[in-house]
This record gives sequence, structure tokens and C-alpha cells, in this order.
Amino acid sequence: MNVRKLPRFLIAVVLFYIVVEVLYRTEILNGYLLHIINLSLIYVILATSLNLINGITGQFSLGHMGFAGVGAYVSGSLTTLILKLSVTNPASMLPFLLSIIAGGVVAAFVGFLIGFPSLRLKGDYLAIVTLGFGEIIRTIFNNIDAVGGPRGLLGIPKFSNFTVILVAAFLTVVIIRNLIESSHGRAMLSIRENELAAELVGVNTTRYKVMAFTFGAFFAGIAGGLLAHLIQLAHPTQFGFIKSVEVLIMIYAGGVGSLTGSILAAFGLTFLSEGLRLGIRALADATGLPIGGEWRMVVYALLLIFIMLFRNEGLMGMRESRIIKNVEVD
Amino acid sequence: MKKVLFVMALVVLVAASYAQDIKIGGIGPVTGEAATFGISTKNGMTMAVDEWNAKGGIFGGRKAKLIFEDDKGDPSEGAIVWNKLIQQDNVVAIVGTVMSKVSLVGAPISQAAGIPMISPTSTNEKVTLVGDYIFRACFIDPFQGTVGANFAFNDLKARSAAAIFDLGNDYTKGLAENFKKQFEKLGGKVVAFEGHPTGTTDFKAQLTKILQGKPDVIYIPDYYNDVGLIAKQARELGFKGPLVGGDGWDSPELVKIGGTAVENGFFTNHYSSEDKRAIVQDFVKKYKAKFGAEPDALAALGYDAMYIMLDAIKRAGSTKGAAIRDALKATDINVVSGRIKFDENRNPIKSAVIIEIKNGKQVYRTTVNP
Amino acid sequence: MGSIFSLQQILNGLQLGSIYALIALGYTMVYGIVRLINFAHGDFFMIGAYAAYGSFYMFNALVAGRSGTLAFLVLLAAMIGGASIAYLTNKFAYKPLRYKPKLSSLITAIGVSMFIEYFFSALPAIGPSYRSFPDIIVRKEIRLGNAVISNLVIIDLAVAAILMVGLTLLVRKTTLGKAMRAVSQDKDAARLMGIDIEKVISFTFMVGGAFAGAAGLLAGMTYPRIFPYMGILPGLKAFIAAVLGGIGNIPGAMLGAYIMGIAETFASAYNSLIGEGIAFAILILVLLIRPRGLLGEKIADKI
Repeated sequence: MNVRKLPRFLIAVVLFYIVVEVLYRTEILNGYLLHIINLSLIYVILATSLNLINGITGQFSLGHMGFAGVGAYVSGSLTTLILKLSVTNPASMLPFLLSIIAGGVVAAFVGFLIGFPSLRLKGDYLAIVTLGFGEIIRTIFNNIDAVGGPRGLLGIPKFSNFTVILVAAFLTVVIIRNLIESSHGRAMLSIRENELAAELVGVNTTRYKVMAFTFGAFFAGIAGGLLAHLIQLAHPTQFGFIKSVEVLIMIYAGGVGSLTGSILAAFGLTFLSEGLRLGIRALADATGLPIGGEWRMVVYALLLIFIMLFRNEGLMGMRESRIIKNVEVD
Repeated sequence: MKKVLFVMALVVLVAASYAQDIKIGGIGPVTGEAATFGISTKNGMTMAVDEWNAKGGIFGGRKAKLIFEDDKGDPSEGAIVWNKLIQQDNVVAIVGTVMSKVSLVGAPISQAAGIPMISPTSTNEKVTLVGDYIFRACFIDPFQGTVGANFAFNDLKARSAAAIFDLGNDYTKGLAENFKKQFEKLGGKVVAFEGHPTGTTDFKAQLTKILQGKPDVIYIPDYYNDVGLIAKQARELGFKGPLVGGDGWDSPELVKIGGTAVENGFFTNHYSSEDKRAIVQDFVKKYKAKFGAEPDALAALGYDAMYIMLDAIKRAGSTKGAAIRDALKATDINVVSGRIKFDENRNPIKSAVIIEIKNGKQVYRTTVNP
Repeated sequence: MGSIFSLQQILNGLQLGSIYALIALGYTMVYGIVRLINFAHGDFFMIGAYAAYGSFYMFNALVAGRSGTLAFLVLLAAMIGGASIAYLTNKFAYKPLRYKPKLSSLITAIGVSMFIEYFFSALPAIGPSYRSFPDIIVRKEIRLGNAVISNLVIIDLAVAAILMVGLTLLVRKTTLGKAMRAVSQDKDAARLMGIDIEKVISFTFMVGGAFAGAAGLLAGMTYPRIFPYMGILPGLKAFIAAVLGGIGNIPGAMLGAYIMGIAETFASAYNSLIGEGIAFAILILVLLIRPRGLLGEKIADKI
């Protein structure tokens, strides 16, 4: 490992933190934009962790938000129903962070369980099983009245803030990057490139596939917990199939296997969807056409198709930015 | 030179009047599967704003400007638009949104920022309990379920009932649960209590099971789109008894989808279009002229919610959050759904009407006071 | 308990399964030939329903009273509607990516699906509202013991059966069917044999789209309410059915669809609170025992 290059990403993140904080304190950046940044960072965690399963290890998970749901409900139940934490009490921060981690751990355990079918299933069959698991998880939340059933888990305290979310996103990217660049990561990549060949050269494919699911689910659980404590609600519909597809779009639009791509796409697509709000309104005002918010998603879908048609390997392809890379490999 | 001065004066005037517009945030789902409900609500809101502006504005000649945002019926999206309207657009009040799960995300944001909000259609009791800036224009879950059960037991003389509801929708589940509670309290028997997954179109599995219990009446607190199908399939399977439901039934589409199957159907609603009050007749007439369709319950509630908010801003004579909140609390106004006052939890105190479907028309049956 | 397995519930399941089967066939055929999960397939179903809706009002006056002719014309319109959108989607969204990484076509497919739904929902002429579907054929009910059979059940089952027999004949007995099978087995060899691969793929998409369109009409008649997002859930269920049967395998898709329809009906009748989850649980169980679906063949991995 090349230690000299280690802090590059850290410096970039610290700079980002300072810039955002300064702009926010000076009220150049309003609460709306800060919220979008927070949301983008949560998507960074979701996208990079899904990338570990789909992009790096070459599996196909369609139920990623199911793991996020586990994290959201576990951490939300801990802070809201069991510990009854209050945002105004500064001593609550530590139990909150521990609750988030607990959510990640339970999600990781679920991921570990779901990783097992992946030993026998390939490609689209695996996709459908992960989709099924995600939907089963959602159905379970829908039917447990203790966590609100279809009403959702309400009144979650708003602990998630820019600092917490940024640190979590930073750690996620660094841990996943280090994992990829380690011998474990090489083993995962070899499964993606050719599973049979990997097995023949002695890679324990079983172990690495389950490992990818476990790690991926852990970080998804963290992201789910942070999201629940940002919007103060955990609701079954937030963790269904359609939401998983949103994250899927991010990793493929960013470039399969590229963490840089996932980060760019998480920010890019979140901001694009908001930018289109303003764009459509400006267009309507300028031309007098009777177009409203209902056209926003039409344009979004068209742009997505064009991105894939003209950059069909995603924004970054398989490349990694020098800022993120720790060691130089091709 | 004169011309230039004139243009400059005009620009200043326009700019000044523009600056004076009172910005009101509107929120509802206009894309996604709940879009049809969001669009009705939006239409109602727009109509109320246009009416007030045509009458000369809210106060001091200042007009209302509606900034409407789409929440897709998604809680995460709700958090975004609430932040946008409050932080970016600096609205003075918010009218929104349709679904309780999204209003529950918006309410804490409104409360923290001190921006009063009124939800047109979020029936979950918890929404207004978030804080003193949060109001609603509709009934809460327990009320309609209880009224429905009383009506089924006392007026329809039903002694056994079954309920079918949407598992993934808190509104329909809430109504069904409260119906069951009240019906059993009255001494009736609930022979089946069946949920169905959201978005499904085939309810025959549940209905076949329900009919084996031979209920006198089936309670269907779904939205009109599902009610039409459920009624049709229940009749197809041979059920002849009355069907009872909630305000989700109120749409001209109900009879179109359900046809004769929804005859002998009764539902609790906010108003009857037969109501002779001028505001009701005006609303129905203008809505038809403007949007080419009969208004549904969501349109009426969107209209009412906006009307109540604008009336409060007028009485406050100010755009300050606290002043508008106090004015809202003191509301006493006649709108489409009757005379509205708020109770201590900022829920409207208003009576319900029971509507019967007769020969494809909605016929007023009776009024129930809370 | 006895109530779950009544004749009524079996009929309910078969009716639901017929609609799933017609959609699942398109998934499986397209997958068999280009190895792509066509996420927009559920939307072809929706377009079929709207094409039927529109054509009903167009033809209604023309053939006044002759409901048989009318039903046939409407079915034709629904199938043409489904086939056209499938043709266009393939031409503009999938063909340019044919020899590119498979997953980029998958994301494009999702994009196309979103586009079709949001575009229909935003178009003022269509809009997001639910529309009631006209009664093309007058409903009649027949009592059989405790069960009630409506003529729609019979129509759904019959139309699905006729189309499936037609498809089987097409694939097994015609030159075009032979070409389809050849392309699905080995594209390069097929090309060397002088088969115009793109033409065959395009044709496969159109057949799949036509079937989805027909399913749209049946769903519209059976569950008389249509809206732009109506394809999402049946599309997902049919996709699961196709995988359950062994994706790429035509009889497998039919089998999977009927199993899904019946399993869903029984599960909902047994306990509606878990009905939805149970369908998925069965699927997972089946796939754990038979990883390539019920009728899918085991293909040896190649290095």
C-alpha cells in the first residue's frame, strides 16, 4: 500500500466539508441545498455499497433498499421506541451512532443470509431472488403494527446532519476502496470476470460472494438509518423494488465497478432531478406552455436513456479517479 | 423621453406588485401512481387561489401566488419539496399534501420553521399532533370508520359485516380497523377482515373468502378506483347486500368503473353536491367549467384547505407565521365541506354526510354530526 | 381450510394466471433471443390496454351492435399497439446497444419504462387518471355448484390458450420460428447460415409486444379500470413467473404464470396479511431447489 497517496481523498473531503459549512453559515447555501447534499451523500453510501455487490463482485442484487429498510427500522426503533432519545440532549449523540451501527449490523446479518442463495443462483435468477427478499422485507414492515405497519415508523428524532452523513459516506468509500484494493477485492473481481476460472485458481468464491453481500448490506443498513433520522420517518414504501432500481441506475450510469462513477452519479442524478424542477418551471414561464411538474420525470427518463445510449459504459466506465484511488493499478 | 419614463414606471409598478405577492406553497403528488389524486387536489387549490385573486387579493391588494411542487407520493421527495418551498422560495404557508406518510415528513419541517401548514387530505391522527402550526381540512381515520359502522348497524340494520382494505395504505387500513371496532362494540359480528396488496386488480380470492362468511354488508374503505373493481367482483361472485365506504369513493369515475355494481352503495363524505348552499353549487359549476370533469372529494378538500389558509392570512393581515397560525386557530368559515372550526388538536369540527349511489347518481341520504 | 382450495379459487387463479402468462411469454422470448430483461415490457401491456380503449370508441359506431366483430377488431388493435411500441423500443433504445455491455441495455430498459409511464401520465390527452374500461362483451355469470363462472373467465382462458397454441406452432413449425430458435441458440452461427438476425430479433419483440397488448385488453375487460402505471405490478409478477418457469423457455413461462396466479390466489385466501409475501417465498424456495427455474435447462459454464 502506498501510504503517501493515502490522504488525497481525505483532503478532498475535508475541503468539501469546509466549503459547504462556510457557504451554509454565510447563508449562501440554504437549507434546501444542504438537504440535497445530505441526500446525495446517503445515495453515495447506497450506490458504492451496491457497487461492491453488483459492480465489483459481478452479482446482481435488485433488493438493495431492503437492506436499507432493515437498517432504518432497527436504528429507528432503537432511538425512537426503546431508548426514546431526544435531539436536544447532547448525550444522545453516542447512543444514536451506536443505533445506526446496530442497524448496519442487523442488515449485514440479513445480507449474510441472502448471500447464501447467491451460491447456487446466477445472473437474473439471483436478481429475482434478491428482489423477492427485498419485497418480503417490505411486506414484513407493512404488517408489524409495533413499528407502525403501513403508517410507518413515526416521530424519529432528527439526528442526521451534514457532519454525521459526510463522515459516514467518507468511511464507506474508504473501507470499500481498501477492500477492493486488498487481495479480497482482487478475489471478488476475479469472480466477476470469470467465476469458474476464479474457482480453478483457488479463489473461495462462496466466501467472497457472501462477503460482498454482507459488507454491501451493512453499509446499506447504515444509509437507511441515516435517511430515517434525516427525514424523521421510516416507511415500507421507501424500501421497495422501485427504490432499489433508483440505486441500480446510479451505479450503472456512473460506471460499473467505479466508485468515482457511483459518487458522481449519486450527486449528479440527485441534483439533476432537482434541477429539472427549476428547469421545467423556467421553460414554462419563458414559453407560456402549459407544462408543469408532471413533465419533470419525462425529461429525467429521456436523459437517462441518452446517457446510456451515448456513454453506454456509464460516466466513468470502469475507471477510478486518482483522488479516490489508493494504489495505482490498471 | 416620456415613453422611456412611462416604461420605467411600469416596470417599477409591475416589480412592486410582484414583490407584494404572497407566496403560498402547494404540495401534492402529480407524478407516480398517486398522481390522479394529486392533480385533483392541485386543481382545487388553483381554483381557490384564482377566486381570491379575482376578488382583489388577500389583504392590502396583495395577491396570492401558488408555488406547487410534486412529492411523487414519496416521503423522501416530500422532505425535499418542504425544504425547497420554505428555504428557497420563502413561502409564508404551505397547503399539502395528499398522503399522510408524506405530510408526516413535512409537518416537522413546517413546525421547526414556523411556517403554518394545512393538509387537505392526510387523515392520520398523528399529522396535526406534530405541533401547533399543523392543521388539516379532512376527517381523521377514527371518525369515518365509526360513522360507517353506526350507519351499517343502525340504518342498514346489518348484524354481520366484512371489511376489505388496502394493506399498504394507512388510510384504508385505519378506516377498516375503526369500522371493525365500532361495529363489534354495537354488538355486530365482523365475519371477515381481509387485506389486499396495493395496486392489485384481482380481489376475488379475498371476496370469495368474505362471501363464505355470509355478511349482511361489506365495508370497502378504498379509493374509487379499487372500489369500482371490488364492487364489480363482489357482485359477480353473487353478493347482493349493501356496500359501505368512505370519502375515497367520491369521484365521478366510481360509477363509470363500477357500473351497476356500486348501486346499493353508501359512503361517508364531506359534502353532497346536492347541497343547495351557494358555495357548493358555485364550486361544482366552476370546477366543471374549468377542468371539464366533476370534482371529486380530493378536489373539494384541496379547494377548502387553500380557502381556509387564504382566509386565515387575510384575517391575520400579516405574512408572519405565528400570526397566520393564530388566525387559523380562530377559523370559523363556510366552505364546500360545511362550516369549519378547529378543535384543540387542529382537526376540523365538521359534520359528515352519507351519500347513496342510486341509478348511477350520488344521492344525499343523511347528515351525521360528530 | 377447505375454502382455500374451492373450485372458485382455482378458477380465480387460472384467470389471473392467463393474463400473467401472456405477459410472461414476451419476457421470456425476448430474453431467450437477446438475453435482456426488458423492463419496459409491463408498459407494452399498458399500451395494449389503451390501444384497445381508444379503438373501442373508434370502431363502436362502425360495427354497431356486432359485439363479436367489435371484440375481434379491438383485440387486433391492442396487439398492433403492443407490437408497435415493442418494435420502436427495440429499434431506438436496444438495437444501438446490442453488442455493448448487457447491463447498459438493462438501464436503458428501465429508462424506457419510466419514459413511457411518465409520458403517458403527463400527456393531457391521457393523463394520470383512472379510466373506466368499456364493456366490450356483456358480462354473464353461470352458477356451477358453489362457484360462479363469468363469461370473462372463459374468454380470458380461451384467448390465452389460442394465442399460446399459435405461438407454439409459430416457433415449432414455421421457418421464422426455426430462425428464432437458431438465433437464440447461437447468434454467430445463425448469421453464418444467412439469417438476418436483426430482423428475427425485431420480429420476436413484436410478437412479445402483441401478446402483452392482448393481455392488456383482457386485463382491461376483466378489471375494467386502466391507468398509465397499470403495467408495473403485472409486469413484475409476469417477470417473476418467467424466471420461475426458467427464463428463455416458452412452456416454462406459461407454467410459471399459472403457478403464480394460483399461488397468489390461494395465499391471499389463506391469509391476506401475508399473501403478498408468500408468492415471493414460494418463488425463492423453488429457485433454491431448481436454480434455473422449473423447466430451465442446466447450461454448463464455459471458460
